[in-house]
Amino acid sequence: MITFEDVVKVYPGGTTAVDHLNLELPTGKITVLVGPSGCGKTTSLRMINRMVTPTSGRILVDGADVSQQNEARLRRSIGYVIQHAGLFPHRTVLDNVATVPVLLGQTRRAAREAALGLLERVGLSAEFAKRYPAQLSGGQQQRVGVARALAADPPIMLMDEPFSAVDPVVRAQLQAEFLRLQQDLGKTIAMVTHDIDEAIKLGDHVAVFRTGGRLAQFATPRELLAEPADDFVASFVGRDRGLRSLSFDSAAELPVRPVDGIDLDDSGRPLGLPGVFTKDDSLRVVTDLVISSPGGIAVRVGPDGAADGLVSHHDLADYLASRRS
Amino acid sequence: MNFSYLTDPAHWDPSNPGSIPNLILSHLGYTALALLIGAVIALPVGLYIGHTGKGSFIAINAGNAGRSLPTLGLLMLMVTLLGLGLLPVLIALTVLVIPPILTSAYAGMRNLDHRVVDAARGMGMRPWQVLSRVELPMALPIMLSGFRNAALQVVATATVAAAVGLGGLGRLLIDGLAVNDYSRVLAGAIVVAALAVLVDLFLALIQRLIVSPGLKGS
Repeated sequence: MITFEDVVKVYPGGTTAVDHLNLELPTGKITVLVGPSGCGKTTSLRMINRMVTPTSGRILVDGADVSQQNEARLRRSIGYVIQHAGLFPHRTVLDNVATVPVLLGQTRRAAREAALGLLERVGLSAEFAKRYPAQLSGGQQQRVGVARALAADPPIMLMDEPFSAVDPVVRAQLQAEFLRLQQDLGKTIAMVTHDIDEAIKLGDHVAVFRTGGRLAQFATPRELLAEPADDFVASFVGRDRGLRSLSFDSAAELPVRPVDGIDLDDSGRPLGLPGVFTKDDSLRVVTDLVISSPGGIAVRVGPDGAADGLVSHHDLADYLASRRS
Repeated sequence: MNFSYLTDPAHWDPSNPGSIPNLILSHLGYTALALLIGAVIALPVGLYIGHTGKGSFIAINAGNAGRSLPTLGLLMLMVTLLGLGLLPVLIALTVLVIPPILTSAYAGMRNLDHRVVDAARGMGMRPWQVLSRVELPMALPIMLSGFRNAALQVVATATVAAAVGLGGLGRLLIDGLAVNDYSRVLAGAIVVAALAVLVDLFLALIQRLIVSPGLKGS
């Protein structure tokens, strides 16, 4: 657990970057710090590994004050991923990944061997090992950046806008892989982004900062969408928050009507309709299907792909209305 | 004017102290000494200024001042103050090589990608590890180009040593002019030019060997 205790950062010149921050980042979870530029989110992140020194207040990692720990040793125990990856251009991909284990005293050979496994873990084949960062795409560099931060298996990872320097398609891909990786690893992750959609997609918890370095709300993404603390959070979250909050609601409980009036093949699979959903999908998926399908009807299918129910937009509207009461 | 001096085998006989190979050796000796002393003085200063940003005006002005200082004039001044000998020659040549080495060390450090340095610190490198493992290797291409520049200048200028009675390829120029032997002057000019090219090629080879392939073309 990472704890901010009444942390203040005032830069020389009088700018208050972080204003009396109290925050707890739970162990094994992703906490996303989000807010407009100049809200102190990056400063807060960089105070955890002492890249920035607080003006007052304390930051504790598992109860231990970071300011009492050896700076270099603290940083080696915390993974650090930055925007544009910040890879060492003069070192091969493999040696980039091996950096922290070598600093910790591992032999270069052992560190490289372990690094090879990590590359695979972040979706890069062994052929990338001998390349230099300049020979990689932005997305590949960012993968190497994540592998490098994971190399010494730190319990904590700090990620500063890790996915913002790549195009939207690659970003979505990296985000999905990152979530999969985190499911296996269960690291305590603090991530900074200015993108509220990314925060909601990736965060177990989201800390919304406002300009002037004050915490506006700390909540789960679902709470954030359903009950924004004030107008600032509501407007930062965006106008379609109601629709987006449906992505946290399962379609499992959604009542369906019997399959009737649509064409099925011999095994009962719907014909000519691209949009189907399962009990595992979210209400947002169903809503989208209902809106976009020509007949205003979404088809639910079972695990075998056979249609087992229909939902019209009246059914959906009734269901959503009934949930409110 | 002809190539007779250059092509005469007697002038290439190493057992003759005034022969071209021996003049090349002493010429290279002055060059190497001046580069060595200049680097020992200018590298730490340039790296420090570039790293901290303190005293940038020194690095910038050093470049301009160095270019405007006439080496021959400085040499004569030093001889007046210190008498004849190796020392005044080395001082004059060292003053020549310091500006390009200092300025390029400064530029190399200034042009570092601060995000990479930030990553190095954030991963737990200690300050000297950041310097030796990240900053210096990344600054090396620019630093070496300054060193090559300095080497070229000093190879060409080390001919002044002969003006105050020392050896080096300047002997061919000074003595040739003194006795109106233009074939000897031509030989001196050609050998100095060839030597400059060879020294630069040699340093280019060193650069190839010690600069990371990852920094090529960046």
